[in-house]
Amino acid sequence: MVEELLIKNGVVYDPINGVKGEKKDICIRNGKIVEEVKNPKVIDAGGRVVMPGGVDIHAHIAGGKVNSGRLFRPEDGRKGLKAKTKLCRPESGYSVPNTFAVGYRYARMGYTFVMEPAMPPLAARHTHEELVDIPILDNAALPLIDNNWMTLEYVKSGDIDLLAAYIAWIIKATKGYGVKVVNPGGTEAWAWAKNCDLNDAVPYFDVTPADIVKGLAEANERFEMPHSIHVHGNMLGHPGNYEVTLKTYDLVKGITPYRDRPVLHSTHTQFFSYGGTTWRDFESKARAIADYVNANEHVSIDLGSVILGDTTTMTADGPMEYSLYQITGRKWTNHDVELETGSGITPFMYSGKVGVHTIQWAIGLELALLTRDPWKIALTSDHPNAGPFIGYPILISMLMSKKRRDESAEEMHSSIFDRTELPSIDREYDFYEIAIITRAMTARTLGLHEHGKGHLGVGADGDVAIYDISPEERDAGKIQKAFLNAKYTIKGGEIVVKDGEVVSTPEGRTFFVTPECDPKLTDEMMTKLKEMFTNYYSVSFANYPVQDAYVPNPYEIRAPWRS
Amino acid sequence: MVEITDVVCPLCGCVCDDIVVEVEDNRVTKVRGACAVGKSKLMGHGRIKSPAIRVNGALKECSYDEAIKKAAEILAGARRPLLYGWSSTVCEATKLGVCLAEEIGAVIDNTASVCHGPSVLAIQDVGLPSCTLGEVKNRASLIIYWGANPTAAHGNHMKRYSYIAKGYFLPGGKKDKKLVVVDVRETKTAKMADKFIQVEPGKDYLVLSALRAVLYGHEDVVPDNVGGVSKEDILEVANMMKEAPFGIIFFGMGVTQSRGRHNNIINAIQVTRAAHTHTKFNIMPMRGHYNVTGFNQVCTWETGFPFAVDLSRGFAWYNPGETSSTDLLIRRECDAALIIASDPGAHFPGESIKHLSKIPVIQIDPFANPTTEFADVVIPTAVSGVEAEGSVYRMDGIPLRLRKLVDTDYLSDEEVIQAILEEVRAIKSKEGE
Repeated sequence: MVEELLIKNGVVYDPINGVKGEKKDICIRNGKIVEEVKNPKVIDAGGRVVMPGGVDIHAHIAGGKVNSGRLFRPEDGRKGLKAKTKLCRPESGYSVPNTFAVGYRYARMGYTFVMEPAMPPLAARHTHEELVDIPILDNAALPLIDNNWMTLEYVKSGDIDLLAAYIAWIIKATKGYGVKVVNPGGTEAWAWAKNCDLNDAVPYFDVTPADIVKGLAEANERFEMPHSIHVHGNMLGHPGNYEVTLKTYDLVKGITPYRDRPVLHSTHTQFFSYGGTTWRDFESKARAIADYVNANEHVSIDLGSVILGDTTTMTADGPMEYSLYQITGRKWTNHDVELETGSGITPFMYSGKVGVHTIQWAIGLELALLTRDPWKIALTSDHPNAGPFIGYPILISMLMSKKRRDESAEEMHSSIFDRTELPSIDREYDFYEIAIITRAMTARTLGLHEHGKGHLGVGADGDVAIYDISPEERDAGKIQKAFLNAKYTIKGGEIVVKDGEVVSTPEGRTFFVTPECDPKLTDEMMTKLKEMFTNYYSVSFANYPVQDAYVPNPYEIRAPWRS
Repeated sequence: MVEITDVVCPLCGCVCDDIVVEVEDNRVTKVRGACAVGKSKLMGHGRIKSPAIRVNGALKECSYDEAIKKAAEILAGARRPLLYGWSSTVCEATKLGVCLAEEIGAVIDNTASVCHGPSVLAIQDVGLPSCTLGEVKNRASLIIYWGANPTAAHGNHMKRYSYIAKGYFLPGGKKDKKLVVVDVRETKTAKMADKFIQVEPGKDYLVLSALRAVLYGHEDVVPDNVGGVSKEDILEVANMMKEAPFGIIFFGMGVTQSRGRHNNIINAIQVTRAAHTHTKFNIMPMRGHYNVTGFNQVCTWETGFPFAVDLSRGFAWYNPGETSSTDLLIRRECDAALIIASDPGAHFPGESIKHLSKIPVIQIDPFANPTTEFADVVIPTAVSGVEAEGSVYRMDGIPLRLRKLVDTDYLSDEEVIQAILEEVRAIKSKEGE
C-alpha cells in the first residue's frame, strides 16, 4: 500500500535547501519526501510554521549513567508521573525521564532524532538496550574513546594509523557513530583521584590531553567520517577555563577535514566559556569564544545553555562531578570504567538568585547571540546537565525575544549586568535561524543531512514538525508554548503527534558508522588489543562487541579509508 | 563433542564470561573455569518435568497452553496482583514483565526487596562512588569485604576481580594487595585476610561510624572498644585505607540484612566518601543472583524506579515499605502472585509466606523449590544461559549476553511471559466488549 501525505499551506523553514519561510506544499510517499503525490491524506497547516523534524546533537538520554541518575533520584522520577493511555506507556521523571517519556516528550516538541553523546564502550549494550526502548526517535550514540588505554598508548607512540585502526574497531564493536572525547586524560587520572589540565602529563601514560585531542582529530580524518570528533575538553566548569578552550581549538586548526565540515565539535560550550580566577571574580568570556568561532571554520559548538531549576548533572568527567558534589554536599555517584572512561552524577539546582548561576545562564544565550553564523551553533542544554531538554522552548523564546531576556534579567541576580554583556545585546533570532540551530546545522554537522535528516528536500525522510504559530508571531510566551507541543509531528511519513498528543509510536532506528580500515593495520592493532583483553579487561574479547540483537532497527553508514 | 568457549555463567553476580563448556548429544558434559556452584548449574540437574495445575491439593500435569491460560485467568481476574522474582532470568523477560504489570495494574518487584533493597535506599540517600570490577583488578591495592563471604557465595570473585587477580598496576596479584575482612564470624574469606576484624552481631553501624570519624580526623572521639573492635584495629584499618592509592569496600547481606539495614549502607558509603578525601576509594554491593542488577536496570529505565513498583494507578508508584513484596503480603493485600526465577517460599519472612500460600500462585522456573510446594500453576522453562540466550547485568552494571549452549523443548521465560501477556490482553479485550 502506498501511503501518501500532503502538507498544504505551511510556511516552510528548510535551511539546508535555502527555504526561508515560503508558503510551500510538502509531499511524502512511503516515508520519504517526494515531488508530488497523487492520492494523499491532506494536512492543512493553515499558515503555520513548518520545519524538518528536530535533530538534537547532544542529549544524555540513554545508558548506564542516565539510569544511575534515575535510580538514585526517585524524587525526580515522581515529578513527571503520567498514567499510561491506550497507546502510551507510563511516564516518569523530569531531568531523568524514563525511556518512554524521552520519546514522547521529544516527539511532542517536534524532534525526530537525538544523539546520545556518551556511551562507555564496555557498557555499550546497555546504551543500546535503552535506545531500543525509546519510542519514535531515530538515534545514535557516540562511544567514549579518549581515555582508553589503547588510545593513550598509540598517542604516546605517535602511531596515528594504528590509532585510526583502533577507533574503527571500537566504533564498530559498540555500534557507535563517531569519536567522543570527555576530559581527555583527566578521566584516566581520576582513577587515582587526580585531574589533568591541557598540558599535564596523564599519570603513568606519559601523554598530555593536548596530544590526545590532536591525535584523535587526525585519526578521525583518516576516514570519511560523517562527524568530526565531538569534544568535551579539559577543565569543564572551572573559572578561567576559556583559555584552555581556545587552546584546545587551536590544536586542531591545521587538520584538513574529509569534507566541508569542522574538525572539532565543541560541546556544551557554555561550561567552557568562563573567566575569572575563582567563583568570586567569575565572569562571562562568551565574547572571546564567539570571536574565535566567528574567525575560524574548523570549530562548531553547541550551547549547553542553562535552564533554571533543579536538574541531575552527569558526565564521564568524573573529577568535575566530584568538585560539584563538594560544592553542594548533595548525593554523588561515581562509576569508573576499566581501561576506558569514568562517570559521575550529582543533582544540581540552577537559581536565578545566585550570581554564578545567573552568569552561566547568560553565557549560553550570549554564545548564541554573539556568534554571527548560526550554522556554527547548535541549541542544546547538554540535557540534563544545564537543564532538561523539555526546557528547549524556553531557550528558543529567549533567543527570539529581547523583551523576554530583559524581563528575566530584571528578576535575576545583578551579576548579569556587570559580569555578562547579555543585557546589551539586541539581536533576536528569527524562525529561520531557529530552524538552523535545532535541525539543519545539527544534521549537517553530524553528516545526517546526507541520510535524510534535518531537511525537506526530495529524498529526505518524511520527518516534519508543524508548530501552532504564525511566522509573524513575536510573543515569547506563545513561541514557548508552540515549540513545547507541536501541532503535528510527522516521523517517516507517519503522524506521531497531533495537537500536542502522541497518536502513534513507531520504533526508532539506530544510526551507526562502520569505518573501513586497512586489514593490515587492523591486524597489527589487534595484537595489542587482544593483550589488553587477556590481561586487563574483566570481560573476554569474544563477549565484548555489541551483538546484532541489540540494534534491531539498524541504519549503517560506511566510512571508507581516505586514500 | 563441541567445545564452546567464552561461555557466560548464569549463576551469581560475578557473571564470569570465560567458561569453557563441552557439549555432547545436546548435553553439557564438561565445564572448565566455573566455580563449583556455577558448574553444577551449567551441567544441569533436577528439572520440573511438565507444566502443572493444582487440583484438589495436588499438582496435575497439563500442557503449556492450559497452564498459560490458567495463569492468565488468575492474573486478569486479580485486584492486587504481585509479579515477583526476576533475578535469575534475562532482561528480555523482565521487559515483558513490566508490560504485564502495566496491563493488569500489578506491583512488580524483584529479590532486591529482600537482599540489596536497603543498598538501593542508601544509594538514593547518598549516591554510590564505585567502579567496574576490572578497575579493582588493575588498581585496587586494598580490598575490604564487609559482611560478605565470597569464598562461599561468589566463588570466582577474588580470583577474577579482586584480591588474587593480577592487574596492570599490580602485576604480582595478591603479593601487591592487602585484604581486610569484617564479619561477625571467622569465615573462610576471613582466614585469607591480612587483617580480620570481628565485629559483634548488629554493631556494624558503630564500627563504620568510628572509621568515618577517624578518616575525617576525629580519632579523639573514638572509644577504646567499638562493637567488639579495639580502637587500635580501627586506626590500623583507617590507615590502610588512607595509604592505598586505590581501595574498595565490597559489602554483602551481612550488613544489608542485619540490624541497621540501609543505615549501615549509608554509613559505609559515607566512610567511602571520607576515605576519598585522602585517596581513591570505591564501594560495591556483592549482588547475588546473576541478573538481580539487570532487573533493577530495566525496571528503572522503563518505570523510573528500581524495584517495588506499583502500577495499579496506571503510572509508576514507588514506595518501598508500602509497595515491597513482603510488606504487601504481610498486610494480606495481594490476591494473586506470579513468582518467576526466585524462591520466596525459602526466603520470605513466615508471615509473608503464610499469605502467599493462601492466594493463587503461578510459578515460572526451570527448577522445583519450596515455592513449588504451594504453587497453583507451575510452568517450567528453559535455563537461561544454557538453553536460552539474553541480556544480563553483572554486579558492577556491565551488560553481557548469555549464550545458548543446547536445544530444549522447554519454552523460555520470555516466551512464557509473552504468551501470558497475550492471553491476558485477549481476556481484557473480551471483557471490554
